Order: sequence, then C-alpha cells, then structure tokens
Amino acid sequence: MERSTLDLWVGLFVVAGIGALMVLAMKVGNMSGVSAGDSYMLTANFENIGGLKPRAPIKSAGVVVGRVSGIRFDNEKFVATVSMSIDKSYKFPKDTSASILTSGLLGEQYIGLEGGGDTANLASGDRIKQTQSAMVIEKLIGQFLYSKAAEGGDKK
Amino acid sequence: MATHKGFSVRRVGAATIDGMLRLGYATRFLARTLLSSGTSFRRPRLVVRELYFTGVLSLIIIIVSGLFVGMVLGFQGYHTLQTYGSESALGVLVALSLVRELGPVISALLFASRAGSAMTAEIGLMKATEQLSAMEMMAVDPIARVVAPRFWAGFISMPLLAAMFSAMGVFGGYLVGVVLIGVDEGSFWSQMQSAVDFREDILNGVIKSVVFGLAVTWISLFEGYDAPPTAEGVSGATTRTVVTSSLAILALDFLLTAFMFRGV
Repeated sequence: MERSTLDLWVGLFVVAGIGALMVLAMKVGNMSGVSAGDSYMLTANFENIGGLKPRAPIKSAGVVVGRVSGIRFDNEKFVATVSMSIDKSYKFPKDTSASILTSGLLGEQYIGLEGGGDTANLASGDRIKQTQSAMVIEKLIGQFLYSKAAEGGDKK
Repeated sequence: MATHKGFSVRRVGAATIDGMLRLGYATRFLARTLLSSGTSFRRPRLVVRELYFTGVLSLIIIIVSGLFVGMVLGFQGYHTLQTYGSESALGVLVALSLVRELGPVISALLFASRAGSAMTAEIGLMKATEQLSAMEMMAVDPIARVVAPRFWAGFISMPLLAAMFSAMGVFGGYLVGVVLIGVDEGSFWSQMQSAVDFREDILNGVIKSVVFGLAVTWISLFEGYDAPPTAEGVSGATTRTVVTSSLAILALDFLLTAFMFRGV
C-alpha cells in the first residue's frame, strides 16, 4: 500500500474516533449543560432530606439553576446540611426558601428554590434559612391515619 | 508439562507452577516491550502502519455491530419500557447501557477476535519462519521493531473503536426508537443528556476500553511471541489468544464495574 493512502486512512480513523468521543460528550452526555466552572456555593439545613442524592438538580420555577454538591450530617443540630452549587448567572434574594420536592410520583428528588422579596441577594457561602423537608411517605400515612382517627372520635 | 497421569496433588502443583512461570514470563515480556518502545516513538511510521491493520481494518465490523446492537436495544428497551408507560426513557436506557458496558466490552471482544488473533498469527508465523531470529542476527531487536509498534497501535485504537461503537449504537437506538417506533425526539435526547454524566459514565467507559485494549494486545502479542514454532503451535496460540482475551475482558469488566459503579 502506498504511504499517502495509508496515512489518509489512519488519519480518517483517528479523526472519526475523536469525533465519536466528542459526539458522546456533547450530544449524549451533559457537557454542554450546567458547568461546574462558574458557580457559587449555598448551604441549607434540612430536618429530613428523604432520598436526595449528591448531583441532584436544583430548580427554580422548573429551571435547573444548579446541582447538589454535597450532603453532610450536622452532629450538633442533628440536621442534614446540604451544600449547593448555583450557576453564577442566577441570583436569589436573602429570604429565598428551599424545599425538597419530587418530580413525578416516583421520580428523583430535587431542591426547589423560591425567591422572596428581599432586595439583598444571597452571596457565596450563605445559608438559606427557610427550608422544608422531604415528604416521607410513612409519616404522611401516619398523619392521615391520626386525622382520620381524630375525626371519628369527634363524631361520637 | 502435565506428565503425571490421572488426578494427583502433584499434577495440581505442576499446573500451578507452570501457570506462575508463564505469568512471570508474560510480565517480563510486557516490561521489555514497554522499555524498548523508544523506537516506536522515534519512528512513528511503524505505529501508523500497525494502526492501519488493527484500527482501520476493524472499522467495518465495529460500526456494523454497534449499529445493530443499538437497534436491538431500541426494540427490546421500548418493548419493556412501554409496559410501564415510560418509553420516553428509551434514550437513557440505550445510552447508559452502551456507554457504560456494551460499548467497551463488545468492541473489545470484537477487537480480540479481529485484530488480536491476526497479531498472534502474524508474530507466531514470523517466529516459525525464523524471521525474528534473522532480525536478531542483523542486530535488530524484534521486540522494539515488531512487538512494540503493535502494542501501541492496539493501545491507541481500542478506545477510539469503543467510542465509535457507542456512538453508532446510540444512533441505531435513535433510528429504531424515534424514526421507526415514534418515541418523542425531544424527550429521547433531553432525558439522555440529563442522565448521562461525562465524568461518571463516558470517561469511565473510556478508562474501561483503555484497560481492555492493554489486556488484549498484551495477551495476543505474548501468545504469538511464545507460540511453538510449528503450524500446530501457531494455530493453538491463535485460539488461546481469543479465549484468554475474552475471559480477561469479562473478568476485568466485572472488577472495573465493581469499583466504578459500586455506590451509585
């Protein structure tokens, strides 16, 4: 085989291979999505995080604005401390509230942020004070049964 | 070296010592290959020539198999997912199974039978026809001139082939899922993109294929170099290459998967 033909084929092969990797990274993976580069950190304490996992999305009004970067257990207050990395282009007021929500009936859990009316914005390292824990299905059923029992008691 | 008749403790011992000797010999062979790969970097043309034989000539089988595996995944995934009303997750299923497992593993198995067996047969025949000894006579190190370029060519081409396999598979899944069956195109891609992570899934797949490429080229080169210099010896070595590489790929895949995706 001639030298130039060989070079051409090998070149095509390498370019196609790297191209396939790029396609996987851009089209299949989420490289083009929210990048970890330009972001700031917020923390929030929750009494119960349910099934929240690191890298779960953080949404505001349904738009993904960041990701959960870490979950720790606070040994003194006995709450879960969730650290969140939020994209730099999104600002939230100081009195923003965070709640753990579920997408769909059995979907993954995410953190929903709801902005308040404060004029000052949250800065990197701030803690979100108003939080709402995840719904735990056993507790919900328990509450439902108690309220039913209480109603039955009133009727007598 | 099983000279003892019937089952005996002696036979087990002989087999163990034999296996250990071979493993040690293979490791020294790998070390020698790595140490004498200077020639391959000084004369990259040697590697380019081998890249043509191991990489370019494996393209057809990799692309066709990738496409068909992806299309079958599309059919089977749709069939199962639609019972739960979640056929929009078809993209996630196709992409994750290809990028994490099927892409690296199947392309490595194909690579072992397509390129690995050819490498073993070529080197074994070179040894049987005393070409390797002739090189040594002319003060040309056969490891540096023949073995090392093939090693680096396999090392480079395996991840590229695996990436092409996965990309073709995702395209095949798209063809069947979206074009043929009619799953919503937007949710196919967007669910896939939100579920597939670059570092966690794609990069781990690439690491897997690099490890498989190393294992397959190492096994095929060693089997060729170690083959008895007869027609029977070369054919036996070629068979052993395919069997040992396939088993090594599956065992390594289990180990790597256990480390990479343990907690997720």
